[in-house]
Amino acid sequence: MLATAIALVFFYAPNDADQGFVQKIFYVHVPLAIVALIGFVVAGLLGVMHLRTRDDRWDYRSYVAIHMGVIFGVGVLITGAIWAKAAWGKWWVWDEPTLVSFLIVFLLYVTYYPLRYSIEDPQRRARYASVFAITAGAFVPINFIAVRLAENLVHPRVLNQTAGDMPGEMRLTFLVALAGMALLYMTLVKLELTSKHARGQLRRLRRLLEEEGSPGGAAPPPIVTVPAKPE
Amino acid sequence: MPALPLDEAGKYVAGAYGVFVTLILVYVAIMGARLQRIERELQELTELAEQRLKGRS
Repeated sequence: MLATAIALVFFYAPNDADQGFVQKIFYVHVPLAIVALIGFVVAGLLGVMHLRTRDDRWDYRSYVAIHMGVIFGVGVLITGAIWAKAAWGKWWVWDEPTLVSFLIVFLLYVTYYPLRYSIEDPQRRARYASVFAITAGAFVPINFIAVRLAENLVHPRVLNQTAGDMPGEMRLTFLVALAGMALLYMTLVKLELTSKHARGQLRRLRRLLEEEGSPGGAAPPPIVTVPAKPE
Repeated sequence: MPALPLDEAGKYVAGAYGVFVTLILVYVAIMGARLQRIERELQELTELAEQRLKGRS
C-alpha cells in the first residue's frame, strides 16, 4: 500500500500550483500526523478498557499505541520542519498554532514514559498509565478543535482542502498514503505487542524453570498453562 | 514565497522521505535485535529444560 502511495505521489499526483514539487512532502507528513493523533485517541480508549476490565492486556495495547504514536510524531516533526524550511524559509514558526499545538501534544506524550517507568508496582503503573492515556487522549481532539478555531498564519488547513478544493488525483494519492500509513501503524503495533508478549512468556518460563531447579522449590504447573498475557 | 526550482525542492522532498524510511528502518532493526535476543533466550531455556529432563531420566 505504501509502495503504491509513493508511486502515486511521484508519478500520478500533479505538482502543486503554489508550492511546486516540494508539496510532495504533504503525502508523508500529513498521514503521519493524522495516524499519530488517532493512535493517541485510540490509546485513551484502550485505557478506558483497562480501567473497566482491569485486564493488563488493554494497558499494554494502550502503551504500544502511544509508543507508536510518539515514533510517528518524531516523523511528523522532522518532515514538517523540512517542509517548513522549503516552503516558508524557516525550520519552525513559533507563532503558528498548528505547529506549536502538535509539539505540545508530542511533548505531553513523551512524559508518558517517565510516568510509566517511575512506578514499580505493575497494577498501580497500569492504572496510572491508563488514566494518563485517557486524559491526554481527550486533550487531543480538544486541541485539534482549538487549533481549527484559531486564526492560522501560514500552515494550511489540510482536512478542509481534502473535502474541498484538492484535485481528484491529489485526493486519491492522499487517501492511499493515509491508508498505507494506517496499515503500517497497525502492523508495527502488532509486531511490538507480539514481541512484548513473547518476552513476557520467556520470563515466565525462565522463572518456572528456576523455581523447579532450586532446592525445595515447589513443583511448578505445566508450562502449557502459562496464561497468554503480555508481560 | 515562490515555489522552489525542482533541483532545490528535490533535496527537501528526498530529505523528508528519507527521514520517514530511516525511521522505519531503525525501528525494524531494533525489532530484529530484540527478536534475536528472544531467540537466544529461547535456546537457553530449551537447553535448560532438556538438561532437567535428562537429569530425571
